[in-house]
Amino acid sequence: MSLNTFMQHLSNGLALGSLYALIAIGYTMVYGILRLINFAHGDIFMVSTYIVFYSVTLFLMPWWVAFVVAILLTGAFGILVERLAYRSLRNSPKISVMISAIGASYLIQNLAIVIFGGRPKAFPIPEFFNKVVYINTISIPVANFFIPGITIAALVILLYIVNKTKTGMAMRAVSRDYEAARLMGINVDTIISITFFMGSVLAALGGIMWGIKYPNLIPLMGLMPGLKAFIAAVIGGIGNIKGAVVGGFLLGMSEIMLIAFLPSMTGYRDAFAFVILIVILLIKPSGLLGENLAEKV
Amino acid sequence: MKKENKIRIGLIILVISILTILNFTLGNYQLRILNLAGIYVVLGLSLNLINGFAGLFSLGHAGFMAIGAYTSALLTMSAAQKQSNFFVKPIVPWLANVELPFLPAMLIGGIVAAILGALIAAPILRLRDDYLAIATLGFSEIIRVIFTNTMSLTNGALGLKGLTRYTNVQYSWGIAIITIIFMFSLRRSSYGKAFMAIREDEVAAESMGIALFKHKLLAFTIGSFFAGIGGALLAHLMGTIDPLMFRFLMTFNVLLIVVLGGIGSITGTVISAVVVTFSMEALRFLDGTINLGFMVIESVPGMRMVLFSILLMLVVLFYQNGLMGRDEITIESMRRFYRKNIKKGAKS
Amino acid sequence: MKRIALLLVLVLILSIPLTACQSENGNAAADSDVIKFGVFEPLTGANAAGGAMEIEGIELAQELYPEVLGKKIELVIVDNKSDKVEAANAATKLVDQDKVNAIIGSWGSSFSMAAGPIVMEAGVPAVGTSCTNPLVTLGNDYYFRVTFIDSFQGVVMANYAFTELGATKVAIVQEISNDYSVGLVKFFTDEFVRLTGDPDSVLYVANYNTGDQDFTAQLTNIKQLNPDAIFAPGNYSESAMLIKQAKELDIKAPFLGADTWETPEFIDIGGSAVDGAVFSTFFDSQVPLTPESEVFINAYREKYDKEPASVTALAYDAYILLIDAIERAGSADPEAIKEALAATEGFDGAAGVVTLDENGDAVKNAVIKTVQNGEFTYLTTISPQ
Repeated sequence: MSLNTFMQHLSNGLALGSLYALIAIGYTMVYGILRLINFAHGDIFMVSTYIVFYSVTLFLMPWWVAFVVAILLTGAFGILVERLAYRSLRNSPKISVMISAIGASYLIQNLAIVIFGGRPKAFPIPEFFNKVVYINTISIPVANFFIPGITIAALVILLYIVNKTKTGMAMRAVSRDYEAARLMGINVDTIISITFFMGSVLAALGGIMWGIKYPNLIPLMGLMPGLKAFIAAVIGGIGNIKGAVVGGFLLGMSEIMLIAFLPSMTGYRDAFAFVILIVILLIKPSGLLGENLAEKV
Repeated sequence: MKKENKIRIGLIILVISILTILNFTLGNYQLRILNLAGIYVVLGLSLNLINGFAGLFSLGHAGFMAIGAYTSALLTMSAAQKQSNFFVKPIVPWLANVELPFLPAMLIGGIVAAILGALIAAPILRLRDDYLAIATLGFSEIIRVIFTNTMSLTNGALGLKGLTRYTNVQYSWGIAIITIIFMFSLRRSSYGKAFMAIREDEVAAESMGIALFKHKLLAFTIGSFFAGIGGALLAHLMGTIDPLMFRFLMTFNVLLIVVLGGIGSITGTVISAVVVTFSMEALRFLDGTINLGFMVIESVPGMRMVLFSILLMLVVLFYQNGLMGRDEITIESMRRFYRKNIKKGAKS
Repeated sequence: MKRIALLLVLVLILSIPLTACQSENGNAAADSDVIKFGVFEPLTGANAAGGAMEIEGIELAQELYPEVLGKKIELVIVDNKSDKVEAANAATKLVDQDKVNAIIGSWGSSFSMAAGPIVMEAGVPAVGTSCTNPLVTLGNDYYFRVTFIDSFQGVVMANYAFTELGATKVAIVQEISNDYSVGLVKFFTDEFVRLTGDPDSVLYVANYNTGDQDFTAQLTNIKQLNPDAIFAPGNYSESAMLIKQAKELDIKAPFLGADTWETPEFIDIGGSAVDGAVFSTFFDSQVPLTPESEVFINAYREKYDKEPASVTALAYDAYILLIDAIERAGSADPEAIKEALAATEGFDGAAGVVTLDENGDAVKNAVIKTVQNGEFTYLTTISPQ
């Protein structure tokens, strides 16, 4: 493999990895606070891309207005999903909550098929993002510069909110023990709503970036990115925001490198992500950056 | 013989005779649904064993079904059928001329699924709850991707066609009844009690001297065996299989049955398997144009699935324990019910 | 008590199919002045898009030709949920409950294969729309299709690559989880190797799974091999993404594909990147192949205000072929329809002239088209040897 080819793979891996990372941050946030695998995260992500699509094609908004509208509406949609599907189950066994999460995801997909129709739609890409930059023979679409930037920015802002603000402190308290948090005067419901809002805003950001890079909208499009982002979050240590970014980069990079170095294994790519997941779970179940929580007796 | 046992045997004979009558009177469509219901009973009970008895949240059922389905299909297909199926890449020579009757092929399918289940479970069983769920989901996806890629073994995406459709009511419900009896006796045995102790509290169970790993592995292996059998039955009901049949959606269907019936309840699972299979078909009218007499609702394809997902959410949110919770309909419980409600009603 | 209430509701739901079945059974037998066509398509699930496009064609055909032999035609549309088990249920319902005279469907060979043994046993003829897997009709006298199968398209495109493009080295990208793509790649490879006489003329076969969005790794591998052409048959939306990413990676080799690409979304999603992509198909909305094509295209544009997809034309053809068969048979008896279908020769469909061979597969001309300035453009017509 020539150096140029390798650099091209590296650049591809970086772009894919930062996209996974961006979606994984939202995933991991919700898990960190609620200990709940939000299976509907991928579908919230899907909804955001359709909001952009309809804002631009139906309501003729300029793209940046459409992006803002999509981010806000998706955040509100996330709060709605939490209210309807998760709130009443907060003290139920884990299996019930997980089944509810799977059920919610299934319902959103089926509704999307009825409302949006099954035929693919083309994401309206702003002209600016359609350009490609060439460095030597390595080609980098403009979007590939933005995605890592947005991922890092999201990471920094989120770390700030969680660690330095009052809301963040309340979030951390809720994640430790929400009964105790409630006794300390924290409004647990509000904090959880805020968490879902932020998680869904991140899903929307990821959705928009995804749409710019892969402008193919279908109602089931959230499934695979959702799973991959979840795997990324587990690799990094689920619940850990920095871990999600590390996990996302690692997963994207290793998927690309698998094909780069073992060209005959392309058909196994989706299985490979799961293989990484299982290996990580076996070696270090708490993930690369996760804390080791002993089982409470 | 104890009176209870007499009633039990009587009940089984009654069920078998009802099924025999149905076998001759029902049309093909109802028969197919009846067969499917029997298969879903087997699948539901096997997942119920893993999820409900032992409390291991597994999402890998479709993978084990795929193994059972493919193993049995490749064993029952004639050499000529295999040759015409594998037109892209020839089948591996050691499988080309094997041809077995259905029953042994199905059992081998179950055994292979059980062996793979045990191999997969051994390393991941120490994971808990949602981690285990995701790891098993991962394995079932890995199995599907492998089956898609190994063209000379499974024919890849082209699938297998032309399997003799052996599955009839005798097979599907015969095996369903055997599974029901097996599950009841397993639960009454010391193994079953150990499973449930683990489900309630692992640490307490371990300190009582229950070998955690051995029992979890056992539950998982038996569950995989029956999943494999269910897959084999399904393959020979359909007459054709391909890897896409065994997506996560398949696991979801089975999980739905277990949840609706009540996780941990055998009779609940059986009832819900039958009800879900039939109502999926019953709700078909929702996809068409509905004429209510006073108004006509234009057909919206997909309404059936939307309604079905809403029904599921309602049950999960408001009837968290499903139909039966962990209770059972047994002869004893019916007697109690009769004494409590009906006799009292008669007196007053 | 809650539990008993739930149980009661469930029993009620359960009783619907049983009661409903009985009334339907009674109706079907009496309703001899209506001819029923069963349609089973994926209306929900992963293949909902395909199903929706085909339903458009079938419904349009029914609007134009609502009657045959003086009897009204009724469509019984059922959803197979993009699920093989459901497809078999749906097909059984059509033949057993609705007592349809013939069946149309489905998008996706997998679902048609599930229906195969059912229609054969019931003796009801089925006309496949876009299912191209050779196994669908193989050994089944009751399954026909209006599309040609992969072998012919694979050969056509291999010839195009070799003679028109002068390619001697090609790379292939196949959608490994899609039987359509896998079959095409096999026939293309066989023919291309035969033409070049070089067993190594296919440099590399890269795979992807249905639903994948990122192909940059596969494409970067292909780029360094520098092939003369890239054969990439597959689903139109994935293919459009693939070509778009290839252009971003500055891959200059032309992309070759097959009939699925003729869908407006292929250009919507691919944008200017798909300009120059060449594919084989059976239908052209600019240069009508038959008088029927013109009827179809005009009616379609009027009804939906857009260009039809190729599978829509196929679904339309399935319907009018059944009408034609019933007219030729002079009867709507399923057995008679089957005999008439098997004898189909030189039938003018919207998607070309159809002759059915001994397997029930359509033999028809292939049209080679390309994308130019965001429009599908006719290149040439190739007839089967």
